[in-house]
Amino acid sequence: MSPSVPLQEMIRAIRSARTQCEERGVIQRECAAIRAQFRQADNGGRSHNLAKLLYVHMLGYPAHFGQMECVRMIASPRYSEKRVGYLGAMMLLDEKQDASLLITNSIKNDLSHSNQYVQSLALCTLACMGSAEMCRDLAPEIDRLLRASNSYIKKKAALCAVHIVRKVQDLGELFAPTARSLLAEKNHGVLHGAVVLITELCGQNTETLEKFRKTVPDLVQIMKGLVISGYSPEHDVAGISDPFLQVRILRLLRILGRNNEAASDAMNDLLAQVATNTDSTKTVGNAVLYETVLTVLDIKSESGLRVLAVNILGRFLLNNDRNIRYIAMTSLQKIVGTDHNAVQRHRGTIVDCLKDQDASVKRRALELSLALVSATNIRSMMKELLLFLSSCPPELKAEAASGIFNAAERYAPSQRWHIDTILHVLTTAGGDVRDETVPNLIQLITNTSELHCYTVHKLYRALLKDISQQSLVQVACWCIGEYGDLLVKGECQETEPVQVSEDDILDALETVLQSHMSSPTTRGFALTATMKLSTRITDNVDRIRSVVSIYGSCIDVELQQRAVEYNALFKKYDHMRAAVLERMPVIEKNSPGHTNGVSTGEPVKELKPVQVKQGEPQHAANQVCDLLDLLGGSEEPQQPQLAACSVVPAPPISTSTAGGDLLDLLGGLEPTPLPLLTPAPTMTVYEKDGVTLTLSCEKQSDSGLMVTLTASNSTDSNISGFTLQAAVPKSVQLHMKAPSGDSLPPSDTAKVTQMVVLNNPNKVNLKMRIRICYTIRGSTVQDTIQIDSFPTH
Amino acid sequence: MIRFLLLFSRQGKLRLQKWFTPQADREKKKVIREMMTLVLARPPRTCNFLQWRDLKIVYKRYASLYFCAGLEDQDNELLALEVLHRYVELLDKYFGNVCELDIIFNFEKAYFILDEFMMEGEILETSKVAVGVAMEEADTLQETVEEYMSKPAY
Repeated sequence: MSPSVPLQEMIRAIRSARTQCEERGVIQRECAAIRAQFRQADNGGRSHNLAKLLYVHMLGYPAHFGQMECVRMIASPRYSEKRVGYLGAMMLLDEKQDASLLITNSIKNDLSHSNQYVQSLALCTLACMGSAEMCRDLAPEIDRLLRASNSYIKKKAALCAVHIVRKVQDLGELFAPTARSLLAEKNHGVLHGAVVLITELCGQNTETLEKFRKTVPDLVQIMKGLVISGYSPEHDVAGISDPFLQVRILRLLRILGRNNEAASDAMNDLLAQVATNTDSTKTVGNAVLYETVLTVLDIKSESGLRVLAVNILGRFLLNNDRNIRYIAMTSLQKIVGTDHNAVQRHRGTIVDCLKDQDASVKRRALELSLALVSATNIRSMMKELLLFLSSCPPELKAEAASGIFNAAERYAPSQRWHIDTILHVLTTAGGDVRDETVPNLIQLITNTSELHCYTVHKLYRALLKDISQQSLVQVACWCIGEYGDLLVKGECQETEPVQVSEDDILDALETVLQSHMSSPTTRGFALTATMKLSTRITDNVDRIRSVVSIYGSCIDVELQQRAVEYNALFKKYDHMRAAVLERMPVIEKNSPGHTNGVSTGEPVKELKPVQVKQGEPQHAANQVCDLLDLLGGSEEPQQPQLAACSVVPAPPISTSTAGGDLLDLLGGLEPTPLPLLTPAPTMTVYEKDGVTLTLSCEKQSDSGLMVTLTASNSTDSNISGFTLQAAVPKSVQLHMKAPSGDSLPPSDTAKVTQMVVLNNPNKVNLKMRIRICYTIRGSTVQDTIQIDSFPTH
Repeated sequence: MIRFLLLFSRQGKLRLQKWFTPQADREKKKVIREMMTLVLARPPRTCNFLQWRDLKIVYKRYASLYFCAGLEDQDNELLALEVLHRYVELLDKYFGNVCELDIIFNFEKAYFILDEFMMEGEILETSKVAVGVAMEEADTLQETVEEYMSKPAY
């Protein structure tokens, strides 16, 4: 066994190890020696051994075998051993280790030791790793020490009490009276501890807070003493007397003055005095000023004082020291909601900070700038923000982009400006914008019909320059697809005309299609745009046809499906091509979450009965589930059935709906309203409380069915608000016409009819669930019926 | 309160760690690694404050050592800079022109000084003189033969 090496030699040996492996070897040898030493009886070098172990622990090696040794050393009568033992306990033991309970007794004994340095070791360790159990056990001891001991112990006992109160909140009541009396002490350490303890107690319990409000005059007195008093060498830091205590008192005053007029009044003078007299050339002075400003802004201070505080922050903003500027912006962020105008005055400086080198300062400046954007300064602010966006660090790009979008949406002075701004953002930071941006922008563009020409020109030019920004390319492709004819026409009021030939446009789209930089979604956009152009341009339809057929064998399933369908449009349904690919009507914005708003041309609200949604493959297969979903009034976007609207498969929607669309349209084109009371078989499906509902159906085509529902009221009260809602299995398409009315006069005087068109291409078993709602004699009635078999010819 | 105080060198070697809240060993190691990555990556002449998770990180470089403290939301960052500075002054007073080697070879003394200056994440003693006196007396107690004579009073 190698003789144990004193601590410093071991450290030297470890440091001189040239490789990690060598170091591990040295440490393993040493640990073995230390373990052997621990097993031996009491010898002189115990504290050295434990110290060595602690060093090894700091390097990151396991040292749990030293825990019991710590416990033994703490119990030793020798101060040197106790000292290292307690240090070991603080480093190796925490409240989760079982061994920590074993030292409770030693701590208890040491708290009453005759030597204050032993007492202080115990207090320090208890404050560092005392568990809730230990705290409960020893709290009375601590209280005793708080009341009757010298100031050296008192200050330590105060912070130990803080630890106890943080761990076990109930014990706060135990310390409250003692804490109050400590404020009369002269020793700064004790005062500081007392202020911290009171702050903690007030933070936990509002009743205690009320009681401690009475201490405000005392605190003001202490503070005045610190501020006005002459030079005290012991506590002076760069001309400020005990800044640590000053800051702590200010923080306590803040808590006490919050929401309380009387307390705030009592401290007004003091705060004004501190704010004006504190020397702000050094960091320490600024620390005190900073705390003062925070306090003034948080309590119910008078307006003059508030103005003073904001001015101090303004001065901070102009300070050369970056730290101070950062602090100033953090504080201004907190008050930008309440004192908006005051902060606006410093807008110029804040915007300048956007150009600072430091990333932390930049972040704060960005947040604050976004908060300061308003209708009056939107143009100048946006210029600065866009400039910032082009040179900002990558971690801030997403935040900046979304902030700019929000600001633009709220305060855009004109549509054109809005579109320009969004385009600018897409060109500079297109990769970092959120996914909803593309549909939102498309919606915005569609809605500003007077700017279509301008927009498509700009986008075309942007596309030519750079096709790497996916969001931008997607929007550009969509626009070119929609408004390609405006592009070819060449003339545009808002921007210089450029001669664009149809070939140029198709070239651009093909570049996007073939580029390896384009994501699959983008290529989908491009293909659809190419297809749409077949109705907008006249000469190169053959070219489009060939492009589309090439992609019919593309590996990407989505593209392949689209290409195949467009091919079908060319071949079999050429007569419908123009209708299908018509211009999109104005999109109504449903809600922020509705990204699928791009595809629905018709707002759902126009039709009174709830329209059944079609073929959403995302839904679970279960038929019954669907019926329940549908009657629950699901908010999924509807696939429109009316022929008037041109349904173009929009990019974000998944593949099979695209196929479903075309078929839907074909199904939807067929029905024509039939006259009432046709000689079709009828059956009564519902009869209850005098309300009767009959159903008759007539076959329209191979898969189409026209169902007529007739309702009548045989009671002697009027029925109003009569509505029917219907749900059918997933693969069946349903279209409800407007009912003839919604009120049923009593005694079968008149009837309400509703026509429902069904299309059952898959020939599934036809079922229908109908919900009836009406109001009779002031109360609402709701009922549901299921129809499992339909009478047919 | 200050949640933790770390001292590490430019090469990423930890010289002192003080945790004022109980943490699992694994968590401590993770925090240390992240702090080192964040702080060592900062270019010179930048702001001394960072935002990390829900804490404010204040760091200052003294010669080859980085002093890094994690503060809670309510704490005053500028004052934390002063706290770090005061600790360095105390070390300097005790060791006489302190350098990194002093802290390496006498790490337990660095801890003792810290324990006289801070407790429970708060400042314990605001007077430089008082801390120095306490350390002197404790050291004397450690070396004197008298310690064998002192008996605990129950």
